[in-house]
Amino acid sequence: MDTTSPLLRVRNLTHAFGPVLACADVSFELYPGEVLGVVGESGSGKTTLLNCISARLAPTNGIVEYDLRTKGLTDIYALSEPERRLLLRTDWGVVTQNPRDGLRMDVSAGGNVGERLMAVGARHYATIRGEAEDWLQKVELDLGRIDDKPKHFSGGMQQRLQIARNLVTKPRLVFMDEPTGGLDVSVQARLLDLLRGLVRELRLSAIIVTHDLAVARLLADRLIVMKDGKVVETGLTDQVLDDPHHAYTQLLVSSVLQV
Amino acid sequence: MTDQKKDPMIRVENLSKTFVLHVQGSARLPVFTNLSLEVAAGECVALYGPSGTGKSTLLRSLYANYKPGSGHVWVRHGNDAGEHEWVDMAGAAPHRVLEVRRRTVGYVSQFLRVIPRVPSRDIVAEPLHALGVDPETARAKAEGLLARLNIPEAMWHLAPATFSGGEQQRVNIARGFAVDYPILLLDEPTASLDAGNRAVVVALIAEAKARGAAVVGIFHDDEVREEIADRVFDLSRERAAA
Amino acid sequence: MSATRTQEVDGEAGYNFAYLDEQTKRMIRRCILKAVAVPGYQVPFGGREMPLPYGWGTGGMQVTASIIGKDDTLKVIDQGADDTTNAVNIRRFFARVAEVPTTEATAEASIVQTRHRVPEDPMTEGQIIVYQVPQPEPLRYLEPRETECRKMHAYKEYGLMQVSLYEDIARFGEIVTSYSYPVMVNDRYLMSPTPIPKFDNPKMDDFPALQLFGAGREKRIYAIPPYTKVKSLDFDDHPFAIQQWEEDCALCGAEETFLDEVILDDQGGKMYVCSDSHYCTKRRAEGHTGTLSESAAKAYAAAVGAAPEPANPGPAKPEPAKEEA
Repeated sequence: MDTTSPLLRVRNLTHAFGPVLACADVSFELYPGEVLGVVGESGSGKTTLLNCISARLAPTNGIVEYDLRTKGLTDIYALSEPERRLLLRTDWGVVTQNPRDGLRMDVSAGGNVGERLMAVGARHYATIRGEAEDWLQKVELDLGRIDDKPKHFSGGMQQRLQIARNLVTKPRLVFMDEPTGGLDVSVQARLLDLLRGLVRELRLSAIIVTHDLAVARLLADRLIVMKDGKVVETGLTDQVLDDPHHAYTQLLVSSVLQV
Repeated sequence: MTDQKKDPMIRVENLSKTFVLHVQGSARLPVFTNLSLEVAAGECVALYGPSGTGKSTLLRSLYANYKPGSGHVWVRHGNDAGEHEWVDMAGAAPHRVLEVRRRTVGYVSQFLRVIPRVPSRDIVAEPLHALGVDPETARAKAEGLLARLNIPEAMWHLAPATFSGGEQQRVNIARGFAVDYPILLLDEPTASLDAGNRAVVVALIAEAKARGAAVVGIFHDDEVREEIADRVFDLSRERAAA
Repeated sequence: MSATRTQEVDGEAGYNFAYLDEQTKRMIRRCILKAVAVPGYQVPFGGREMPLPYGWGTGGMQVTASIIGKDDTLKVIDQGADDTTNAVNIRRFFARVAEVPTTEATAEASIVQTRHRVPEDPMTEGQIIVYQVPQPEPLRYLEPRETECRKMHAYKEYGLMQVSLYEDIARFGEIVTSYSYPVMVNDRYLMSPTPIPKFDNPKMDDFPALQLFGAGREKRIYAIPPYTKVKSLDFDDHPFAIQQWEEDCALCGAEETFLDEVILDDQGGKMYVCSDSHYCTKRRAEGHTGTLSESAAKAYAAAVGAAPEPANPGPAKPEPAKEEA
């Protein structure tokens, strides 16, 4: 007897850009503490899917419901725009592929991390700065750089800062689009370790879009595999990668050197 | 204790598995058909048969690592409140299967899948963390198991990537025994171990049985099998009968 | 007064009373009404071409032109002084096109148009103060996207402004913004009080007179009706505080006014005098004196060729756009 209810429920999600179906009829549920990986190659529709379910792109069809703390499962596109924006700033996190899209490059690292707190009414400077310091340490950034601007950081550091900026309000659900894309291999590795650790420690739920099966294996509990806008296979990560059923999944898995 | 020992913990019903290899022109590889098996608490069942009869496939299917074509894998799952229910690993929702894996069914694979850069003691402690056990207790238990399996203390803070095959396997085993799972699945747990370590593993399995765990294993070593298995499930005979 | 009938100005053939045509004044008054109804909210208006460039008070002038009538008395100040170029020009303009009496005494004016200062003499109910605004958008230098700014105002999402104050404290140990210090009006809208020194911010709170703001280049009008709450932003542990001087006014001895620093010679000689020239003159007429008196007054007169510098300029902040066309 299963009494838990899903944190996020997506039903028949479809988005078309004119005549082109970017993603078609996607349905899934996400439970608290689960990490869902969305894998597929370029053009599979995974980024469009992520944008639709993270309230940043209204889909042409389908429903996205989130378990709001106050109201229970609610259609996020039935909320008003300020309610959606508040959700994106508090209970949700969005980590973009390019950290420049998710950071204020002209604001100090501490200011970037403290912004969400100030946005929801924090007015004590020392407390805000203290929290910023805590989070910079959690993401293993040098505290001495708290007043430096991210435009002077390396890519890996910017990505860590973006993560800290999103987690400071203790969101329950985090969306990540290729969080380690574009980074050097060793930098990627350390960032993955950090993400793994944070997800477990904070019991986050997350939806991670990636084309890298190794990242999926390491971070995700479940996978959905997309091709040409459709979900071709879904299941537990180890099952999809060890016992792929769909032809495309088998192709993907066999194409990777070592998964 | 004897009554509890007789309670069925696993019920496999008419399980069939055929691999379809699309990458090789959709070649079909049937492995087994309509298998049924029951395993009771405190019992150790050895899966037996030559290569290709599907021992590993069956074991993985019990863990939902492989997805069967048809049939059920009923597993007796208990929650915090001490209530029990039967969950079908072959058909349950992913979050339910994940919950069963966290709490009820432990799996020791044949080879350690190395997570890079994580120290061996943390790899072993991880299943305890997932259950919310406090870090100190988890660490102590992990270190105890590593010590028992003769992994020197100097290696506890090292990542297993550079360990020998046998050392990696022992880390793997330690992780599998960190939590007192009611159901244990073991795939060749004593392969690549010397006699001394084999004995440790046998003792670990015996202790698990004694506390009422249901154990299903693949043991290539005849001696180990004879010592620890209560009965043998012969897949080649199942295949012939099918 | 009929909307279509023009009012010829006696001295200037072809010009309507107060320069703008009546329909334009009506449009601007409608905007002013909206602005008063939503304190602190920027109302876009159809700004007209005025006979001076942007950056010289065209917005303030259009507001004044729309509300001024034959019975009004006008005072114009620039950085507190009635006798600087800007103030003289604008005062003379309205004297010609509206033929209204003008004054330097705050208490005698019904309308005060000002650039970057609030008069020291407390104003009263029934008076109107018109501020000249270079940049009406307080978030402009933090959020370049206009679309995003509008959403932030609409949804009262002002965290970013608080972040900029955080940045000041992180960099300098204190909030160093000393003019155009952001305020919350009526607990709802974030507003730029124009480049008045933060010294003047507290005057705006619960102010008995009507406060109107006009930006000519950006074409925005905003307003604060009398007795409205105006609160300067700060942190609980870094509260808002105004500028203070050790010195008093060298001419009249005033202790509580905003002081300008005046350089007297090339040896670094300087003195501090009231920025509000009328207030200072009034005090001297009443017999108050400062430390330097007679000789100081002469030195001051000699030095007053250039416009006096504000006492505490802000660091590394974009200059109020008065020089840019």
